[in-house]
Amino acid sequence: MGSRQEILLTGSGGQGLILAAIILAEAAVDDNKNVVQTQSYGPEARGGASMAGVIIDVDAIEYPKVTRPTLLLAMNEASYRKYLPKVVPGGLVIVDSTFVAGPFPGDYRVLPLPITRLAREKLGREVVANMVALGAINAAAALVNREILKNCILQRAPKGSGEINQQAFELGYRLYHQGMEPDRGLSAQTTQ
Amino acid sequence: MTEVKPVLMQGNVACAEGAITAGVRFYAGYPITPSTEIAEHMAERLPQVGGVFIQMEDEIAGIAAVIGASVGGMRALTATSGPGFSLKQENIGYAIMAEIPCVIVNVQRMGPSTGIPTAPAQGDVMQARWGTHGDHPIVVFSPASVYETFYLTIAAVNLSQKLRQPVILLMDEVVGHMREKVLIPEVGKLLVEKASDEIPPDWKPYDDKGLAPLVPFGSGHYYHVTGLFHDESGFPSGDPAVVSRSLERLHGKLEKYRHEVTFTSYIGHKEPRVAIVTYGCTVRSARAAIKKAYWQNRWPVGLLSLQTIWPFPAKEVEALARQVEMIMVPEMNMGQLVGEVERYSRGRAEVVPLNRYDGEMITPDQIFDQLRRWFA
Repeated sequence: MGSRQEILLTGSGGQGLILAAIILAEAAVDDNKNVVQTQSYGPEARGGASMAGVIIDVDAIEYPKVTRPTLLLAMNEASYRKYLPKVVPGGLVIVDSTFVAGPFPGDYRVLPLPITRLAREKLGREVVANMVALGAINAAAALVNREILKNCILQRAPKGSGEINQQAFELGYRLYHQGMEPDRGLSAQTTQ
Repeated sequence: MTEVKPVLMQGNVACAEGAITAGVRFYAGYPITPSTEIAEHMAERLPQVGGVFIQMEDEIAGIAAVIGASVGGMRALTATSGPGFSLKQENIGYAIMAEIPCVIVNVQRMGPSTGIPTAPAQGDVMQARWGTHGDHPIVVFSPASVYETFYLTIAAVNLSQKLRQPVILLMDEVVGHMREKVLIPEVGKLLVEKASDEIPPDWKPYDDKGLAPLVPFGSGHYYHVTGLFHDESGFPSGDPAVVSRSLERLHGKLEKYRHEVTFTSYIGHKEPRVAIVTYGCTVRSARAAIKKAYWQNRWPVGLLSLQTIWPFPAKEVEALARQVEMIMVPEMNMGQLVGEVERYSRGRAEVVPLNRYDGEMITPDQIFDQLRRWFA
């Protein structure tokens, strides 16, 4: 049971969190792991609360819902407040600081990263923020093989957008490794 | 043997793929959350395999077109959720009476009425059994995983053809929307029963002797299809002898082929003192609770999961009630199948419901806590 990892991607409808969860789950399958992906959302297609869960385990997965996330991604203020208390002690919380102002209490490992702002500034497309987030998540938690995940992004991305989505994924990796002040040195590594 | 590659698949997509594997070439329906992905996937896949997809003007037209296609000789399926399932009931009864095979998928959501479209529930258990009027038989399957959805859809199509009887696949929002890793066998490896193409020389559409095949309309055999009681030829009859014989034959089919229709599975202790009986997505919670209670704590507990809920697996539950002191029945409703479990326990075991009706799944901890209280 100790190998069970529960990942919760939260934010608002339209941010692409369910798609990010599906891509992560597909990569887990290709990486020979057991995986279940679930979601919960309101009746609205955009703007309402959106939550997607991914459970990755080497054992068979019975209960399919995320109850105590080991990793939480919060892409807006409301979901940050709602799901933070559910995170397991020592769990990692990645927050999109574009939308979440804080405060970030010290008893969680909260990592605020300007995910959406960087997607806009570095790649000119806010819609790829979900792939930036996916990069940062996998950089932080090494859930699945990086190349497998990158390949799954290419498979899933709408025609013609594979490259920018993969760039966004790589941007997420750099963002994580550079920590909370990502602007420092980032432009030197970004070709655009 | 070639290796089959595991894929990530959604429950609703597994239903559509199972249907296509089982030879379904006609889908008519009206999209409704949380079943819409079945229609979406069928709309994409059916044209690829020479099938027909029609989005109808409403739910009633959806089932009506499916019945028509089936009489015309196609394997046909429709999918809906609670509100649409209510609308389809009259025509489901018609298909039962006229003995027209078809599969109706109900991906259950929170009700009554429009309820919560995106929240799971198991509130349609009794509606699936008794939603249409009259003293009718019905087959209802309830999958607990994406893979079970795939093979129970195939079973539903095949049994529906064989018994000339509508079969209901009673899913829920959790299983319908969940994606998980599955190994889908190659089509050739699946035993897909073909409806009999052999027409006996003395063929009558509603023969008493056994399972008369449905001969498609337009193939040269002239017969009558009606919701009225009818004789062997299909023409209406009010003769009491014909009426009782017809109804006995309808029910008799499911009794005779009970072993082919009833799917259950048991995990846990060989001589349990306490057992859980459940179905659909709640099986997942129960399995997790059993892992903790039996595999970790060695408590004498077991789980009987029901893939078939109607006809109710009475023999299996009766046998279980002889073994145990208590049967717990977790359900995402205010208590529906628990009544049947009680009925067939015949007072031999205490039957304890565990209900949740807030649009959330029953958790393994809820079940485990109940078990712990019993053993404390």
